[in-house]
Order: sequence, then structure tokens, then C-alpha cells
Amino acid sequence: MSLYILCFILFLLGFYCLLVKQNLIKKIIGFGIMEYAINLFFILLGYRWEGEAPILDKHQVIVNFVDPLPQALILTSIVIGLGITALMVAIVIRIYEKHKSFDINEIRKLRG
Amino acid sequence: MVVFFVVIPLLAAFLVPLVSKMREGSARVLAVLTGSLLLLLSIAGIFMVKNGSIVYSLGGWRPPFGICMVLDGLSVFFLLIINLIGFIALIYSWDYIKRYSSQGLYYTLFCLMLSGLNGVAVSGDLFNLYVFLEITSIASYALVAFGTQAEELEAAFKYMVLGSVASAFILLAIGILFGSVSTLNMADIARSLADSGSRKLILFCLGLFTMGFSLKAGLVPFHTWLPDAHPAAPAPVSAMLSGVVIKVIGIYALIRLVFNVFIFTPAISQIFIWMGIISMSVGVLLAIGQWDFKRLLAYHSISQIGYVIFGIGLGTPLGIIGGLFHLFNHSLFKSLLFLNAGSLEYATGTRKLQEINGSGRAMPFTSVSSLVASLSIAGVPPLCGFWSKLIIIIAAFQAGNIIGGITCILVGMVTLASFLKVQKYAFSKQAGDIVSKIKEVPLTMVAAMSVLALFCVLIGLFFVPFLDQLIRPATNVLLEGANYVNLILGG
Repeated sequence: MSLYILCFILFLLGFYCLLVKQNLIKKIIGFGIMEYAINLFFILLGYRWEGEAPILDKHQVIVNFVDPLPQALILTSIVIGLGITALMVAIVIRIYEKHKSFDINEIRKLRG
Repeated sequence: MVVFFVVIPLLAAFLVPLVSKMREGSARVLAVLTGSLLLLLSIAGIFMVKNGSIVYSLGGWRPPFGICMVLDGLSVFFLLIINLIGFIALIYSWDYIKRYSSQGLYYTLFCLMLSGLNGVAVSGDLFNLYVFLEITSIASYALVAFGTQAEELEAAFKYMVLGSVASAFILLAIGILFGSVSTLNMADIARSLADSGSRKLILFCLGLFTMGFSLKAGLVPFHTWLPDAHPAAPAPVSAMLSGVVIKVIGIYALIRLVFNVFIFTPAISQIFIWMGIISMSVGVLLAIGQWDFKRLLAYHSISQIGYVIFGIGLGTPLGIIGGLFHLFNHSLFKSLLFLNAGSLEYATGTRKLQEINGSGRAMPFTSVSSLVASLSIAGVPPLCGFWSKLIIIIAAFQAGNIIGGITCILVGMVTLASFLKVQKYAFSKQAGDIVSKIKEVPLTMVAAMSVLALFCVLIGLFFVPFLDQLIRPATNVLLEGANYVNLILGG
């Protein structure tokens, strides 16, 4: 249970960073932390103590195996996260070219 | 058949950049072809669903184990909205998008967005729905930033941050639900929850889903990104965002989950009703003071989405019919208004209402079609917006919700006032010096606007057969929520 709570704290840290930080790059890092917390949560859902890999051979009896489905889901989720992060960074670089700053207050100020 | 809704635009999104490398102009031909094919498919879908819903299992894996795609009354209704508005927006883009460089990329992103939207509408698997939702979102973030001016980039970044927060909450809710019922198939989740769902878990997941999807839909406590993002995009994309995207990835996903997977309880009904009332009033009050045409329209989108969620939240058959009917009408007239705003910007180079100053004489098609759309959104009979608002108001009074009914009427009046201002300043005021230089926009843009205006009038005149053919099957899917399980898992 404590693992889940730590995972949730990680999620909240990322959420806080995304909403409160003034620097655009730090916002992106916050988004990354949030994304990883959710990925970790999914992996924890499928994890079993002392579990084995779910590859079934003919002469093998596996009693306690790790759930493979969340791992497959997380592969997709990681790719989506990569896409969003790449797009965010691309947009932030363009914003930097316009305003010569990553600070959200200065960007607002210039827009007037 | 069902899978073509996703595959065709996805293939087109792959091919468009390749052919546009060879010839710049061929991208738009391919995109319009894709749009028309999808429109034909979704019209064919309406007739196919008449004989019963269709369930397609991807790769032949049976539903509780594999991913399935479902075509029922509700999905067909949403597919028609997506592909109709998508096709018209593509026609409009034919000439409009010449102002921007790299047309190939524009059409690629547009096809990708169509593919994601269609995927959300047909998906029967929760994680699959999330993936399509993200495809749509990423394509729309990129399209909002397409002009790459300072203002557009800032709007796109704001939209991206809030959109990814929403996605994160949705994914968290999916994870919690998966951890509890060990399945991702929506029908299977519904069955498990009905058998042995703990109330606390359902409430927590519902809270997360409601927050995530309301953020995507732009309902009031979560609306701050919408008035920045929608005006910043190119006009056909604004029409898609306001007319289709917020409805499909916000409202559709939310009502599909609430009615078919969870159970629609009085508590959820109250939440929807109050969110609707607040969105309606706040949206329209913020809209009055706006002078930027597209920004004004974006605030009205918030207000009109309030009507939709209010009608559906009432939970009575009449309320749901009114909500869905208003959703369809809103996608027609709000897309039309955004296209009008785009035409004005195309001709005059500005979106400020004071500077446009009476261009009605010079641009007859734009001014007439915008008059039709303005009267529709304000609810003047016999145009389409009047009937749907009337149904929602009657349903509100029938359900005993006096406050909601009165708010609907008052908001309708304020909307009328706000659009009279638009008409006065943009079209009918004494002509300024800008008018002598402008002329009507190219033929494809005129055609797109005229078709939408025609639909507004026709649906207003013949709304009874329309309600019977399209809205009633969609409403039945929501009302008989538990049938969804039987349909997919078989008995």
C-alpha cells in the first residue's frame, strides 16, 4: 500500500510543478514526472512479489506470474508521452525565439 | 466495415505528406477525397445500424479479451457529425489554407485528427478510447499552433498543458478501474461493476473522469484554455475544434461512460445540471464584452455546451433528445460562424468587430449565411437552434427544474443580444473605408458556408423526421444503458 501512496505523492509533485512553476521548461519536466507516476502506477498494478515472467513453456508450471497487460499498455502510454513532450518542447523553442525568455510572466508582459 | 472509419483517414494521413512532396496541390485532392469517402461511409452506417448494432472484433479476438469496435445508434450519430463537419471544413480549406506555408502538414494533421475522432466514437475498449483521444488531442495542439505567431504558440502551449492534465487524470482513472475489475472492455467493466462494484471506487473514478472530460469539453470551472485556443487556430480548424472536437472527446466520451459503463444516478444528474447551468450563464456573460469575433464565438461555445450537458443531465427521454439535438445543431451553426469569421478575416485582414465595419454589401454570401447562423444560435424560429432549445426548456420544466428552465430562456435572450451586436457591427453598419477594397471570398469557401446555412434552415423546417431517424436511436442507447453489455458480450 505504501508504494501506491508514494506513487500518488509523485503524481501530485508533478501536478504541482506543472501548474505552479513559472519557467516553461520546468512545466515540461513537471508533466514528465506526472506521466512517469502514472506509468509506475500501472506497472505496480500488474506486479506480484517474487512473480515470474509470464512466458509459458511446455514442461513448466508457473504459479505466481506478473500480469503482462499493464506492461503492454504502458508501452503505448510511453510513446504517447514522448509525442506530447516532443511537441511541447518544439512549441517552447518557438516561443523562446519570439520572446527570448522562458519566463511565463515576461511572455505575458510582452503581449500586453 | 467499422474499422474503415479509423483506417481510411490514418492511411490518408500517411500518404498526404508523400504525395505533397511530389506535387504541392495534390495533398488537398487526397484530403477532400478522404473526407467525402468518410461522409459516405457514415451515411451508409446510419442505414446499417437500422437492422441492429454492429460489433467488430479486431484480429478476431472475442470481446472480453480483445479490442472491439461498436457501431450503435449513438456512435453513428457522432460519426455523422464528425465526418459532415470534417468534409465541409476540408472543402473550405481548399482556398483558405493557401495563406499558410506547408499545406501537406496541415492536411496530414487534419486527417490524423479525423482518425482519432472516429476512433473515439467507435471504440469499445477503455484504453483504446484513451489512445484515440490522445491522437485527437496531439493533432489539435499542433493545429492550434499552426500559424506559429507568438499569440498562437502561447495559446497552443496553454491548451497543451491543460489538455495533458486532463489526459493524465483520465489515464489515472482508467488505471484505478483496471486495478479493481481487471478488464478494459467497456461492456465487461459495466458487468463487473454491476455485480460487485464498491461505491467508493465508482465515485472516485467518476470524479476523475468527470474532471478530465469536462476539461476537454471546456465546461465552466475548466474552461480557461478554450477562449485562447479556439480563436488562435486557422478558421476551418476552429470550426472543427468548436463544432466537433470538444463534443466528441468531451461530451461523447463522458456520456458513454456515465450511461453505459457506470450507472446514471440522481447525484450525477445534479452535477451535470449544475455544471450546465453555470457554463451557460458564465459563457454568455463573458461573451457579451468581446470585440474579437472569434473570441466571442469561443465564449458562446462554452455557453452552448452548457445547454447540451444540462439537457442530457436531466436524464429524462425528452431532455436527452433535446441535448443531443442541440449538440448536432450547435456543430452546424458554430462551425458556420467560425467559417464566417474566417472569411471576414480573409477579406479584411482583421477580426476586430469595430474595424470590419459593415461589409455586408461587399460580401453577400458571407453576410447572409452568418445571419442564418446567428439567428439559429440565438434560437429564432423556424431555424434549427430554436427547436432544440425549446425541447430542452420544455424538458426542464417537465422535470421540475424551474431554475434551469428560466436560465435557459434568459441565456437565449442574452445570446440574441450578443449576436445582434455582431450583425450590426460586422455587416449592416454604415460602410467604412475598408469596404471599398474588399470582395467576396473564393468559390469553395462560399460553397462550404452555403451548404451549412442550408442545413440550418432545412433541419429547422424538417426537424421531426430528423429526430425520428437519428436522435431517437441515439437516445435509446443512452436510456437502455444496460443493453450495451448484452450487445457486446452476447446475452
